[in-house]
Amino acid sequence: MTLPVSPHPTLIRPALVAALLACALGPSVAGADARSLTVYTYESFVSEWGPGLTIKTAFEAECGDCTVEFVPLDSSAGILNRVQLEGKNTRADVVLGLDTNLMAIAEDTGLLAPSEVDTTELVLPIDWTSDVFVPYDFGFFAFVYDTEALATPPTSFEALLDAPEDVRIIIQDPRTSTPGLGLLLWIKAVYGDEADAVWEKLQPRIVTVTKGWSEAYFSLFLNGEAPMVLSYSTSPGYHMAVDETDRWQAAAFDDGHYLQVEVAAALKDSPNLALAREFLAFLPTPPAQTAIPLGNVMYPVVDLGDDMPEAFERLIEPASVLLLSPDVVRDEREGWIDEWLDASTR
Amino acid sequence: MLELDDVTLALGEARFRFSLALGADAVHVLLGRSGSGKSTLLNLVAGFAAPDTGDIRWNGASLLALAPDRRPVNTLFQHHNLFAHLSVAQNVGLGLHPGLKLTGAQHEQVRDALAAVGLAAHADKRPPALSGGEQQRVGLARCLLRRKPVLLMDEPFGALDGATRQEMIALTRDVTASYSPCTIVVTHDPEDAAGLGARVLRIADGQVRPEPSA
Amino acid sequence: MARRLHPLIAKVSSRPEARAPSPGLPWWLGGACALAVVLALTALPLGAMLVEAGTLDPGALFADPWVARVIRFSLFQATLSTVLAVALALPVALALAHEPRFPGRGALVTLFSLSLVIPTIVAIFGIVAVYGRSGWLNGALANVGMAPLPLYGLPGILVAHVFFNLPLAARVMLQSLDGIPDNQWRLAAQLGMGPLARFRLIEWPSLRAPLIGAAVLIFTLCFTSFAIVMTLGGGPRATTIEVAIYQALRFDFDLPLAVALALVQLVMCALLMIASTFAPGDGSLGFAPTAQDARDAYPIEGRGLRQRLRTWLERRHAPDRACWRPRAGMAVRLSRGLIIGSAAGFVLLPLAALVIAAFNGKTLSVLGDPATLEAARNTVIAAFATAALALALALGLLSATRRLRVRARRERIGRWLQLFGNVILVLPPVVLGTGLFLLLRPWADVFSIALVLVVAINALMALPFVLRVLDAPMMRVARQHDRLLQSLGIRGWNRWRLIDWPVLRRPVGLALALAATLSAGDLSAIALFGSERVRTLPLLLYQRMGSYRLEEAAVTAGLLLLLCLVLFATLQRLVGEGVRARTR
Repeated sequence: MTLPVSPHPTLIRPALVAALLACALGPSVAGADARSLTVYTYESFVSEWGPGLTIKTAFEAECGDCTVEFVPLDSSAGILNRVQLEGKNTRADVVLGLDTNLMAIAEDTGLLAPSEVDTTELVLPIDWTSDVFVPYDFGFFAFVYDTEALATPPTSFEALLDAPEDVRIIIQDPRTSTPGLGLLLWIKAVYGDEADAVWEKLQPRIVTVTKGWSEAYFSLFLNGEAPMVLSYSTSPGYHMAVDETDRWQAAAFDDGHYLQVEVAAALKDSPNLALAREFLAFLPTPPAQTAIPLGNVMYPVVDLGDDMPEAFERLIEPASVLLLSPDVVRDEREGWIDEWLDASTR
Repeated sequence: MLELDDVTLALGEARFRFSLALGADAVHVLLGRSGSGKSTLLNLVAGFAAPDTGDIRWNGASLLALAPDRRPVNTLFQHHNLFAHLSVAQNVGLGLHPGLKLTGAQHEQVRDALAAVGLAAHADKRPPALSGGEQQRVGLARCLLRRKPVLLMDEPFGALDGATRQEMIALTRDVTASYSPCTIVVTHDPEDAAGLGARVLRIADGQVRPEPSA
Repeated sequence: MARRLHPLIAKVSSRPEARAPSPGLPWWLGGACALAVVLALTALPLGAMLVEAGTLDPGALFADPWVARVIRFSLFQATLSTVLAVALALPVALALAHEPRFPGRGALVTLFSLSLVIPTIVAIFGIVAVYGRSGWLNGALANVGMAPLPLYGLPGILVAHVFFNLPLAARVMLQSLDGIPDNQWRLAAQLGMGPLARFRLIEWPSLRAPLIGAAVLIFTLCFTSFAIVMTLGGGPRATTIEVAIYQALRFDFDLPLAVALALVQLVMCALLMIASTFAPGDGSLGFAPTAQDARDAYPIEGRGLRQRLRTWLERRHAPDRACWRPRAGMAVRLSRGLIIGSAAGFVLLPLAALVIAAFNGKTLSVLGDPATLEAARNTVIAAFATAALALALALGLLSATRRLRVRARRERIGRWLQLFGNVILVLPPVVLGTGLFLLLRPWADVFSIALVLVVAINALMALPFVLRVLDAPMMRVARQHDRLLQSLGIRGWNRWRLIDWPVLRRPVGLALALAATLSAGDLSAIALFGSERVRTLPLLLYQRMGSYRLEEAAVTAGLLLLLCLVLFATLQRLVGEGVRARTR
């Protein structure tokens, strides 16, 4: 007489699961290399056309036995969110990809260390006073348009608001993207208290709000989803220099253009703080900066002289440079984003 | 001797009170309408229910502290005496060991028990393949094998028709005669008592009243 | 009078008595452990959230127009989705009920039950492929010169909600309609009732209770839906509370807002749960045990493969006996066919679009891509772990409540304890995740233990389903055989091995399959804790869709769908029926 059933499925399964869980947890605790540097940055920095690889190779050649690991996150402001979420347990040694708008907010987290880098010789439209953040490039926000879809682009925000219906735009979410926040602050700088009325009027033109700059520019705009996208005045430089086409240009606005200075900083609790500071010092030097114009498609923070691409001389010059101080942004950002959310859903 | 000493139980709205002494070696038939407490009495003796007050004793020793499988009691129910996914032989074998870990000698005992109730050929079949009467016979075979001094049968013939019923009654007589347990059979049909040659106890409103037997 | 004793009876009766069995573990141990785990996973995170909430200012919170708008939109889209799903399902159910011998009826109803198995994000991709900006529908409209229809925003959310919930509502209503006795139809025909009268007097009374029950459930599902609103919402205009919590946490790192919204969501879900207890209906949602289920528990040997396949397709969905329905004219029957066809098309079209889109130029490269493979590996690991955990919790809980309900006759307490298994209905995944995040962040890098947290949340998500599938079979065994088991002393491991497992095997297989596919397709838990370090296929798909890398997304979606189907079939078959061929 045999037993009707065998009980082994119920025994094997928990054991298998336990083993699998152990595998899943195993590689969770990171054992950091003594001379390895983890840099949180945004995706386009480390894409195939981005400056990441060049900078990594150059830095590793200089430091000798170190390795740089870029961790691409899905958006620029997402970098800050991520280290906030991780708190003291963060694996990052350097954060690269924030901008002036987020500087005060980032400093408030108490997670960043002084850079100990001399920033007095940098070439910037403004004076640099932060001792925590090191700038590595800058640019001006502008609407980039497809000349084949739009013969005469708007020349100011007013013109944009009054433009025909088919002049539609793609923008980024100010909560996750630094360009997204940049546009918010640009409109704020131009219109002050009337910004929310402008946003409300802008709503019908917005095709979609993306999480980050890459999908807005590459996946949507370059595929013809809309004639205009929020990007940088330098974006056409890439197309003119590398793709050798003048098809995509930036619209110059009479109101002026908002400045973005992108920055990097070191994490206070990093076990590799010295190496991190070396990296920060390396960023604004010519070996790293040569990758910026055509890699990140922004202006470098040092004078590259003849190494600047010729196409960059044909970029638009802003009528005036707009910038809100980091402290103002820190105090007002939440309220302004709420205002934006509100205006977007009305 | 099975004694129920002033056993009381309250179940919902009903109140039961039993005081009786039943001799071993005898078959007692418990007659009564539904709701009168027949099954309750069996449940108390078997250990499926605990009395509020009173004592239940077998040969002087109290049974109350014992779990149903530790009591010297065997029960045959009206339905669901068998597990439909186990074979007839396995069902009977469960009476010897709750884990079906049987020795060779015990396997033989199972075969003998099945033969005794006339179902040797059905040992490897599953209960759904058997008729109602055959299923009850398997249950009886198991009771035979366990050979506990008290045998309780809760409407065992209730689902059977005429001829099968008579066969079962006859078989029950043989089984009880063979090892003489104190047997209590619950039924609502007075003719079963005659067939079993049993003493009749009437139960009504939660109390038992003996009747002069035929 | 005494018959001659059969010699064997005498022989048998001289054997010694059976030996006494040994005691096992206490009966309440499984239940206590299960309850402890469930409470730890819910009460502790809830406590962490309440602590954080102590610093909140409720006045400012509700004055915030964003919060008010989010709550309003959540209620609005849930209401609209429910009304649409139920209203559209009604004609489908009626059409199917009146065509009991419609070829492929069983297959269609089985397709309807697949909505539980298809991952949300996969179906969303299919929906985008059909109704999206560059999808089939807009392609067809462009051919006739019409402007494209927008998908993102409220329309997309509605389409997706109807896609998932119309089959559910239709199934529930159909089950109820199939239960109407034939004689009622015959009577209606004899009395010369027209369709309207028939509906009012026969069909509607039967439908009313399950329809309301289904509506309440669908409302809850739509109210707390996450993946659909995240992907198809298209921006702040269409944000529900669940998505707003996620965004507060992952976008803004606004912990107070996240906690505040989480608590609002908790209150709303608790209210919904209370409302659902007042709703009529047995709450079984098409999982109610039928006569066929009882037969399935004790299968008859010797059925061939083809017959078993046919039975599997037809089982539980076709009426059990040859049934009678009022005769109807050609026009009516054609329109019924049209309705059924539309419903089938509506459900099949996104799936077909997905399968077609999955075979493109990038198929092989995506399948070989390390990111894809690692995500697939994580998905499978999490799926198995979830299934095991959910099963363990359910069995522990049910073994204790079964004892309470049957042997101790404490039906109400037993049922109440079982309700703890449904705690996820009050603490939806994102709310629970927020609490876990708050709880664990000071102690650990939550992103490193992401898979563990995902498994924990997914197991709680699967628990109500697992409980529902296992409750009836476990109770049936107990109710039928409890006294016999007591009498024979079959308890503990013996009981499980000999009595419970053979009968529970099939439901356990189904339960594991459901839990595993639910985990494999889940986006909510992984969205919170996932990162570039730990990704599952749904998250990878979501990211690829979000970056508009649609070809790669299509392949990922196809892979995920395939994985879910394989997981489901394998677990249900392997565990439920065993590898060895059925013996004679």
